[in-house]
Amino acid sequence: MHTPVRPPHETGATAAGPYVQLVRPDGSRVASSYDHWVEDVDPDQLRSLYEDMVVIRRIDTEATALQRQGELGLWPPLLGQEAAQIGSARTLRDSDFVFGSYRENGVAWCRGVDPESLMRVWRGNAAAGWDPATVNMAPAQVIIGAQALHAAGYGMGVVTDGTDDAVITYFGDGATSQGDVNEAMVFAASFHAPVVFFCSNNQWAISEPVGLQAQVPIANRAPGFGIPSVRVDGNDVLAVMAVTREALDRARSGGGPSFIEAVTYRMGPHTTADDPTRYRDAAELEEWRAKDPISRVEALLRAEGLFTDEFGTAVAARADAVAAELRSSCISMPPPPALDIFAHVYAEPNSWLENQQEEYARYLAMYGTADDAGHPVQVHGTDPVGSASTGPREAGDRA
Amino acid sequence: MSTMTLGRAINTGLRAAMDADPKVVLMGEDIGTLGGVFRITDGLKKDFGATRVIDTPLAESGIMGTAVGLAFRGYRPVVEIQFDGFIYPAFDQIVSQVAKMHYRTRGAVNMPLTIRVPFGGGIGSPEHHSESPEAYFTHTSGLRVVSVSNPQDAYTMIRQAIASDDPVLYFEPKRRYHVKGEVQETLDGALPLGRARVVAEGTDVTLVTYGPLVMTAADAAIAASDEGVSVEVIDLRSLSPVDYATVEASVRKTGRLVITHEAGKSGGVGAEISASITERCFDYLEHAPVRVTGFDIPYPPSKLEHHHLPDLDRILDGVDRALRRPNSLSNFPAAHSTSATALEGAGL
Repeated sequence: MHTPVRPPHETGATAAGPYVQLVRPDGSRVASSYDHWVEDVDPDQLRSLYEDMVVIRRIDTEATALQRQGELGLWPPLLGQEAAQIGSARTLRDSDFVFGSYRENGVAWCRGVDPESLMRVWRGNAAAGWDPATVNMAPAQVIIGAQALHAAGYGMGVVTDGTDDAVITYFGDGATSQGDVNEAMVFAASFHAPVVFFCSNNQWAISEPVGLQAQVPIANRAPGFGIPSVRVDGNDVLAVMAVTREALDRARSGGGPSFIEAVTYRMGPHTTADDPTRYRDAAELEEWRAKDPISRVEALLRAEGLFTDEFGTAVAARADAVAAELRSSCISMPPPPALDIFAHVYAEPNSWLENQQEEYARYLAMYGTADDAGHPVQVHGTDPVGSASTGPREAGDRA
Repeated sequence: MSTMTLGRAINTGLRAAMDADPKVVLMGEDIGTLGGVFRITDGLKKDFGATRVIDTPLAESGIMGTAVGLAFRGYRPVVEIQFDGFIYPAFDQIVSQVAKMHYRTRGAVNMPLTIRVPFGGGIGSPEHHSESPEAYFTHTSGLRVVSVSNPQDAYTMIRQAIASDDPVLYFEPKRRYHVKGEVQETLDGALPLGRARVVAEGTDVTLVTYGPLVMTAADAAIAASDEGVSVEVIDLRSLSPVDYATVEASVRKTGRLVITHEAGKSGGVGAEISASITERCFDYLEHAPVRVTGFDIPYPPSKLEHHHLPDLDRILDGVDRALRRPNSLSNFPAAHSTSATALEGAGL
């Protein structure tokens, strides 16, 4: 296969360099000063981390298949990034808050988001899949890096409230070039906000290699903002847990923000609309396949005599069951009623929108579309199945 | 009831809102110890502390994005953008995040932000300090946009904006900060945030405006009455949504509409009102709606800004146009015509 030729500034120098690693790709343990952060992880917990990773990879596979079958408009695969997502998300408390990008489906799974809600955005049924308040996780963010500022602001609120909640925000290597991520670090540092900046450096921002974003390891930037940082092997779930726990501990104890660069690899495309064979060397993929985060935990479990055939079969069955539920809930998800488009634009009455909804409802009624006429919604308010505003045309605002 | 300037009225309203709700926090550049470059937040940090009146780093997107996060945490941030021309770095956070979060989350998350923007010209400032960016935001659904013109509205509307569960852009006419008036420090009986106000009643022409030009329009109405022309002046107060009921009722009475604002003409608030009133009142109109606006130019150097800003005479010329009286377009060969030739002759 043709190997793309790239100018020097685009080469992936930032992928190299030392990082925290507790488990080698062959499953053997590495002695580290971070060991004490995960010394409580017992065999059951280790097996459960493995199970989580297998399940979210299975979710990923099923969603990709659903997209190929025309059931989803788009899907952003996380293949290869399971350890980074599970290792970090499983360290959070329920009361902590998560601001992620569009790829943190594994994190959402850990927060308790059900498969149907996970699919809703990508099926095109809603702009967000879940109620943030029920899982303490903001909706998926599409604008690159915007969520880092939301995390910093939320963290400022936590400081004012005087609680020991923490905030974690996820973004990719490409986002570190955005002003918002840099401004978020300024704000978080200045106000000692309890924010963990979690950069999943998966080496590629669509077709742009990380060398186009940074000439030094991305973790090197944070100290310039006054934020301690660490590089971690993002394919080592235990190492990710260890550094995230350290960062959360710092956040809870008033130490302010931390920055984690999880060095990992996006083994699939950026989204299902992307074709990485146009810009990526196949040998690079093979090199990273050898560092697969799931086979590493399996090797560790086997080395310690914790992986039985029975266990492997049970995990695979669980993953298949989740995938089946995901598929059925996705396919049976009804399209939203037409007038749903007007719901929740505003929290309070809005005369412009009321007029437009009323006019469109009349237009639909002209064709007698029972479904559309039968599912009126409110322009405002929180009840998506309330009654439509069908009163006389009225300008002005009743607020 | 007490007499105060428009600027002081905003300060008083902010104080009252902070007293009433501990979740109201102010954020912005230089708003704390200095009290803001226009001193609108004067004394508030001293009384409410640094966690309620937050002096921020100099980063507009940062201010807006962290305000979004604070709203997620249950706060009601009141953000000060130092000058109109500095709002653009925050534009993405405003239109992509602040405006859409309620919709995106199907109503689960409110963004009760108030975004205060000193706007408009007439104070002799350098570039980026005199702009009128309101139309960018009236075009964005999910936002409410208001502008105040007098101390009483400044007080009541800042309180109403903060109390609103929707994000509100609150445009302050900076050249009117020192206008004085009587202020009743209560919301009882106040006009709702979205309603327009008839400033002066008239029968011949409806003159619609907002913010800094309300005073000029009121003066124009007095001058017109000396010539026997009765002008009804409407202060929109809300630019999104516009209270069309009030404008419509007036145009049905007068049959003529003139709209004036400092912002450039094309794609502006005047264009929206002209189109909407034409849709609603076509059969009542005796003349096409007339716009008297700033030009479609970057804000000019201050020695030239008086040419750009609509003043009393330009507004009266627009009124004459709507009445088909002799006006600045009358001297061209195809006077009183809206043919292509006439427009070309008028340099339009």
